[in-house]
Amino acid sequence: MTTGVEGYMYPNEITLYWSVLIVLYPYITGLVAGAFILASLERVFRVDAIKPTYRLALLTALAFLVVAPLPLQLHLGHPERSFEMYFTPHRTSAMAMFGFVYLWYLMAVLTVEIWLDYRRDIVVMAQSSSGLKRWIYQVLTLGSHNISERALAIDERVGWLITLIGIPSAFLLHGYVGFIFGSIKANPWWSSPLMPVVFIFSAMVSGIAAVMLLYMLIMRLRREKIDMLCMDTIASYLFYIFIIDFSLEMLDLIHRIYEADESFRTLNFMVHTKLYFSQIVLQIFVGTLTPIVLLALTQVLKLPEIARKRIYTVAGCLTLIGIFAMRWNVVIGGQLFSKSFLGYTTYKMALATREGLLMSIALTILPLFILWVLVKLLPPWPEKVQSGTSAASAAN
Amino acid sequence: MNISRRQMLILLPAAAVAWESVLAGTPESSPNYKMTDHWWSMLIDISKCIGCGNCVRACQAENDVPDGFFRTWVERYHVTDWHLENPEVISPDGGKEGFPSVTEDDNGKYFFVPKLCNHCADSPCTQVCPVGATFISPDGVVLIDQTYCLGCAYCVQACPYGCRYIHPQKKVADKCTLCYHRITKGLTTACCEACPTGARQLADLKNPKDPIHEFLRTHNVQILKPQMATGAKVFYNDLDGSVR
Repeated sequence: MTTGVEGYMYPNEITLYWSVLIVLYPYITGLVAGAFILASLERVFRVDAIKPTYRLALLTALAFLVVAPLPLQLHLGHPERSFEMYFTPHRTSAMAMFGFVYLWYLMAVLTVEIWLDYRRDIVVMAQSSSGLKRWIYQVLTLGSHNISERALAIDERVGWLITLIGIPSAFLLHGYVGFIFGSIKANPWWSSPLMPVVFIFSAMVSGIAAVMLLYMLIMRLRREKIDMLCMDTIASYLFYIFIIDFSLEMLDLIHRIYEADESFRTLNFMVHTKLYFSQIVLQIFVGTLTPIVLLALTQVLKLPEIARKRIYTVAGCLTLIGIFAMRWNVVIGGQLFSKSFLGYTTYKMALATREGLLMSIALTILPLFILWVLVKLLPPWPEKVQSGTSAASAAN
Repeated sequence: MNISRRQMLILLPAAAVAWESVLAGTPESSPNYKMTDHWWSMLIDISKCIGCGNCVRACQAENDVPDGFFRTWVERYHVTDWHLENPEVISPDGGKEGFPSVTEDDNGKYFFVPKLCNHCADSPCTQVCPVGATFISPDGVVLIDQTYCLGCAYCVQACPYGCRYIHPQKKVADKCTLCYHRITKGLTTACCEACPTGARQLADLKNPKDPIHEFLRTHNVQILKPQMATGAKVFYNDLDGSVR
């Protein structure tokens, strides 16, 4: 029972209760929030350059949002009781708000925005397709077939309003996840008012990187030309937000080092031993400094298109690894040391259990599969929209 | 009163739901026990604890505590000279079978510290529970409704003292109940009863005749991690500054 323990742990602390699934939870919600905020830039702030990724970003957010509660459900000792969080939420609990924040974001923001944006296409496709597809699109119209100029103008205005509400909602969704950790005073590794802010910025970084990579990958698969103005703009956002994110994390680190409170020696030792690879190597050097330097090169030098594409691909992949490592270090790192500050335990990830490695891989792949279905159902590509428009005019 | 078939169809399920909630809210019967008359706590006298592990064994037997998990445990501290920040602490199997003997040439001081849930008045564990399955009773005992707990382990993370665990079979949070089933019947806790030296004393802070009041007035008493401001109600006499 005591294998993997160094020093002294309170006897009930030897087992870790928040596994890799709880690492996935903030990772996935972060991708949702980040992708949505990227889409909102185009909609609210009229950044036309990133228009090619607007719909893809929304669908990506939806695909990941649908999966977000699954790691939580699988982790619960009694998932069948989780609905109690809706019926009898405990008002002082940060976690009790998850269900409401999630439902608000899913039902009131994301699906409504996607539906409004696609409504014309859905109506057109309901008219032009046949068989099962026609039936699906008919259902998706929700009985609203009016695609007159005036109706579409209303859609546009309501959609804009929803996006406006959506930005603080996305901040709420992920800032709240940070608060779940940041408000635990018993745990000095988590307890920090900066935690929600760091979570929001790291979410934006991961979401933007994910959409950038997905766009390049899909364009490659479709053998189409990548819109480099769009990629350059997204990469510059990624670079600047990454700098803010890294500065915040460094602020937290410097504050901890300078203050050096009672937990410091324990946490410092942990970072230099048990978390050395995941924190120093993966999170800071591989996952943060390297992509920042790579992205900085594209900002400073006039590089050819092929070089920029490669840099964006590498930087995007490293960013996603770095943000995953950051979530890992927060969640797992926060449970590796004893609250007595006298010892450390070890996290042993299971392979094929409900909270094991295979399950977490499946949960990472699942949103991509859902995204594939969504992209098939609601194509985010301009030519489809154009063909849709011509079909609509033919129908009229 | 005439009730139509339609009204009956509405009333019957409503009555069933109401009856279920009445049953769920009924505590174990203790006819002469009034919750609001008590405010339970515990007094632990470090100078009296001999580290025999009787309390841990009694707790395990009384409350069916699973192996490897502890509602109460005993730690042995070894502090040399002025190294208060680096005590050497052990608690082999929660101190259940006692401790290895100390060689005579060991320098420094040794002492035992029994631990259990502090039944905090402002407990962080009850604050974070998403469904309110864990709560503080009107008599000051932090309890868990295990038929309601989701098993999310947020309370385990929030407890600064490491007193909670997820029961490996029941998959719900578990911890010391201060032997609630005993104290509401006028008995003391299993650990207090089994302690051969009287190092652990159940105390009722609302009872003016309880000897704890005299003890608290006349001794140097401390709680664990006072900086956490949890309103801990387990009081330690003769607590060394190295204990955390």
